[in-house]
Amino acid sequence: MQATSERLIRLQGVAKSFGPVRALAGVDLAVDAGECLGLVGHNGAGKSTLMNVLAGTLEADAGEIVIHGERRSPYNVGLAHRLGIRCVFQELSLCPNLTVAENARIIHPKLSGWGWRKRAAGLIVAKLDEIFPGHGIRADDVVGDLSIGRRQMVEIARAFTVSDRPVHLVILDEPTSSLDSVSAEQLLSFVRKVVATGLGCILISHLLGEVLDYADCIVVMRDAKVVTSRPAREMTRDSLVAAMGDVGDERVVAERPSAVRRRDAAPIRVRVRSRRGGRHELVAHEGEVIGLAGLAGHGQTDALIQIYRSSRRRAADTVVTGPVALVPGDRQTDGIFHLWSIGQNIGIRSLKRMSRRGLIDLAQERQLAEDWKRRINIRTPDMTNNILSLSGGNQQKALFARALGSDAEIVLMDDPTRGVDVGTKLEIYEMIRTEAAKGRTFLWYTTEMEELANCDHVYVFRNGRIVADLASDQLTEAKVLQSSFEETV
Amino acid sequence: MLATLTSRRFLRSALPAISLVMILLPIFYMQPRTMSYFGLNLLLNLAIPIALATMAQMFVLTVNDLDLSIGSYVSLVACIGATWLQQTPLLGVAALLACIVVYGLLGALVHVRNLPSIVVTLGMSFVWLGLAVLLLPTPGGQAPGWIRTVMTLKTPMVPFPILAALLIGVLVHFGLMRSSYGAVLRGAGGNPRAVARAGWSVLRTKVTMYVMAGIFGMLSGLSLVGLTTSADANIALRYTLLSIAGVILGGGEFVGGRVSPIGAVLGTVTLVLAGSFLSFMRISPDWQIGAQGAILIVVLALRALINRRGSTA
Amino acid sequence: MNGLSKGMPRALLEKAWLGSFLAAAAVWAAAMIYSGGQGGGQMLGAALSFSTFFVIVGIGQMLIIATGPGNVDLSIPGTIALAGAIAMKVMDGEDSLIVVGLAASLAAGAAVGAANYGLIRVLRIPPIIATLSSNLLVQSTAIAYGRGLRVKPPPAFADFTTATVFGVPVLALCAVVFAAVMAVVLARTVFGRSVLAIGQNMRAAWLAGVAVDRTRLLTYTLSGLFAGLCGALLAGFSGGSSLDMGMEYLLASIAVVVIGGTSVAGGKANVPGIWGAALFLFLLLTMLNTFGAGAGVRLVMTGLIIIAVITMAGGDKPAR
Repeated sequence: MQATSERLIRLQGVAKSFGPVRALAGVDLAVDAGECLGLVGHNGAGKSTLMNVLAGTLEADAGEIVIHGERRSPYNVGLAHRLGIRCVFQELSLCPNLTVAENARIIHPKLSGWGWRKRAAGLIVAKLDEIFPGHGIRADDVVGDLSIGRRQMVEIARAFTVSDRPVHLVILDEPTSSLDSVSAEQLLSFVRKVVATGLGCILISHLLGEVLDYADCIVVMRDAKVVTSRPAREMTRDSLVAAMGDVGDERVVAERPSAVRRRDAAPIRVRVRSRRGGRHELVAHEGEVIGLAGLAGHGQTDALIQIYRSSRRRAADTVVTGPVALVPGDRQTDGIFHLWSIGQNIGIRSLKRMSRRGLIDLAQERQLAEDWKRRINIRTPDMTNNILSLSGGNQQKALFARALGSDAEIVLMDDPTRGVDVGTKLEIYEMIRTEAAKGRTFLWYTTEMEELANCDHVYVFRNGRIVADLASDQLTEAKVLQSSFEETV
Repeated sequence: MLATLTSRRFLRSALPAISLVMILLPIFYMQPRTMSYFGLNLLLNLAIPIALATMAQMFVLTVNDLDLSIGSYVSLVACIGATWLQQTPLLGVAALLACIVVYGLLGALVHVRNLPSIVVTLGMSFVWLGLAVLLLPTPGGQAPGWIRTVMTLKTPMVPFPILAALLIGVLVHFGLMRSSYGAVLRGAGGNPRAVARAGWSVLRTKVTMYVMAGIFGMLSGLSLVGLTTSADANIALRYTLLSIAGVILGGGEFVGGRVSPIGAVLGTVTLVLAGSFLSFMRISPDWQIGAQGAILIVVLALRALINRRGSTA
Repeated sequence: MNGLSKGMPRALLEKAWLGSFLAAAAVWAAAMIYSGGQGGGQMLGAALSFSTFFVIVGIGQMLIIATGPGNVDLSIPGTIALAGAIAMKVMDGEDSLIVVGLAASLAAGAAVGAANYGLIRVLRIPPIIATLSSNLLVQSTAIAYGRGLRVKPPPAFADFTTATVFGVPVLALCAVVFAAVMAVVLARTVFGRSVLAIGQNMRAAWLAGVAVDRTRLLTYTLSGLFAGLCGALLAGFSGGSSLDMGMEYLLASIAVVVIGGTSVAGGKANVPGIWGAALFLFLLLTMLNTFGAGAGVRLVMTGLIIIAVITMAGGDKPAR
């Protein structure tokens, strides 16, 4: 929009892979001084990886990075800082054991000598006052004692502080995720204000409204690539969603489960009374596929964990009738045992059943593994290979096999198709439908709208509460989005 | 909410001081004579080397490691102090400097190879002890006169051990808690990734902390030999446990770079006094070390209680 | 990178314990060559005798270390001293009381272990500090309880602990069987698998239906139990209990576990390796002895070997 403005950064053909997973497949991106660039895309589209490359915390496999008209290679964090590129990462980058002022000092190497504490305190508090008037944070507060929202304020304010080094570009990765609506509004207005003074800014957000309202130009990423890059005023919510989503033949046909089930006929498997006083309670009957929808991190996983916990130790507000198994979505931290074979990873949930006189029957364990290799088509020559020899999607299938191969009647799924390719997804949907038809109950947290089409019933979560209760015949994307975003229901 | 948070923080930081008072008052009550210059001198003499060793341990704990070799390292330094440093000062100084360099290298090794510090320092504890045995196979040697002079200093009004402990605590407090690089060092314990993202070298922070541990361990050994005048290869083996206990009693955490130098000094003094307390109580010396364990457990239980109350409030 | 090094093929993992046996054999051969083939059998016999005790406590320590970073039992020395004193006092030199004494010392050991986990779980004290504190308490108890204790072990018990068949100590044979049983327990029982699963990822283990609390309680209890067993046998072997007889087992128990190829990062246990490591450590010291090296050199060598082994095996996530 400002043709005369200076080009701050230009990325060309940037690529990055993690093992077999391609996170960035040749991405081009440019930001001018005085421009706010909005970056949107589904989970796993490559936004965060791209920002890490730009911030110098990840090294790109290929491509060039041009900053202030000069090609930068090698490029690293130190150089990024010297060139005035700051990044507010999605997961907090503050040291919880330090005070607010000390955390400000961490990113200013020259802030030392007599009275540094006072200067650091002045710097951060002034910026906090400027961005979030009435923030209520003191410079000598220990960050670990602050609420998550205040921590995020500190981190954002810190990125804008200027000491001996200038700030040219600030990357905000989901900056409003932990802020209340007032602070979020304060931040976004501040961004507009500083952008007008010639600063560059990249705003990553899943809140499309924010991006449409505050960005000058919007870049949409999908499957590790940039698919659209246009001025914001030419975009609408619908065109954004269309650009982000899987369109064409990849789209999962919303095949509704045959007729809406007679909910009351089947016995109840799970009933969760809301702890935070929501109007709705979560109920799952035998043979149902229940979807838990809403924005990421609004209490869906907590609800699943609550159900899982009460299956092992009775709790007052949760009724669970029958054995439960959980399919984690975060494979590395919640799922796989990296030292074990595929077969052992599948067998762990069923060890008791496979034991004879206290000893695990290895033949039976092998049998279970081979069975599931065939049934859900795990692509490996040998189930005794290490689990890490599998691709991400196949690791996920092994985790499904662990749950489905067990005695569980209730299967909890914590966004299990995260980072899984489309083909595997279709196989997984098929599997869920078959197993549900046999009487198993599924509770399925998903961040992908089209997956909800596989559910008999959908609960929408916001701020840890169930805010909508939709049967499959009432289910539309608009309704889910509406209840996920709206403050008043 | 804010009130409970601050009171919890206050309670936590006051805990070391409260424990000290709780052990000091009965001692004064039972043995009023200890309230004198000489009484306190006697009670607290050994607190200086232990406080220094505790500081060394605290530096390592700050960057989420643990030094299981500090006791044997202090013993080795004491042996060097009682032999080479006295007979051939140049060789003695060179040996001590070499020890500190080794400490720095250990920090680098642990960081670069991503090794568990307890195993590495466990191995080093054998090495230091072996070197001490080689240097001084039987107890003996003699401390250099200047160290003895320093350690038997008669300060006016306040006994030397109290002044020294205070000095150690305040000095480290300023270095680690108030200086600007100290913030980075502690940050490297709290969130190493964040510190690396801000462009600092985590390797450098780790090496710095290990070198500081080496320096304070050395001071501990020298002050110890100044008090005992002769050395022995096993002289300070119990310092390993004492130093860990001192840091924890003083409010330090095992992970996350949360430490308190002044608290750690108070914790050390509490542990040293615990021994005297028990003998004044006429509790058999059999239970001396057990009491240290019990104190640790009680304090940690109290802290768990405070934390839990804070989190449910 | 981490993932790849952890995904080592199984053949390589199995070599890890072979290494410690080869090293033990090499050290023995070196000593043999130096001494001109004198007393080789005797040396082996002694190595087997002393290694037995290391193996017994080492297996308990291994179970704990295998449950993941930060888990370690530092209360072994105190437990050994206490159990030895209890065994001798209860047996009171009478053959008829051997079983009672043994049971009492095992119970004491198990109680210490269970109490350790209580401190860890209920008071949320890090295992290192919890077991360290309890070691101090147990040691004091042992001192107070065993004061002036000069009870000789019952003759039958002393005979059993020192008996040999064809020059091989009976106790060592029992320990081989014990190790074999524990290897099977680790590989083939729900408990064993649970230990290894928890060691790799405690949260994932919980989510996969593993009884995390029960398993961890059991590892600490077993470690205490084995330390108790070691204490009783050691007292019988050395003609009575002494208060400092557990001292060297603090560091040695960790050393044999690490040298034996158990990962300090958790999730990987190695029972045969403990035997190899125990023999290796003992033979190494004996070899240095025959070379005429003093205590100092022996200590330095032990330390350097521990560091060398962990540096070579390193690259895993740090335990502490």
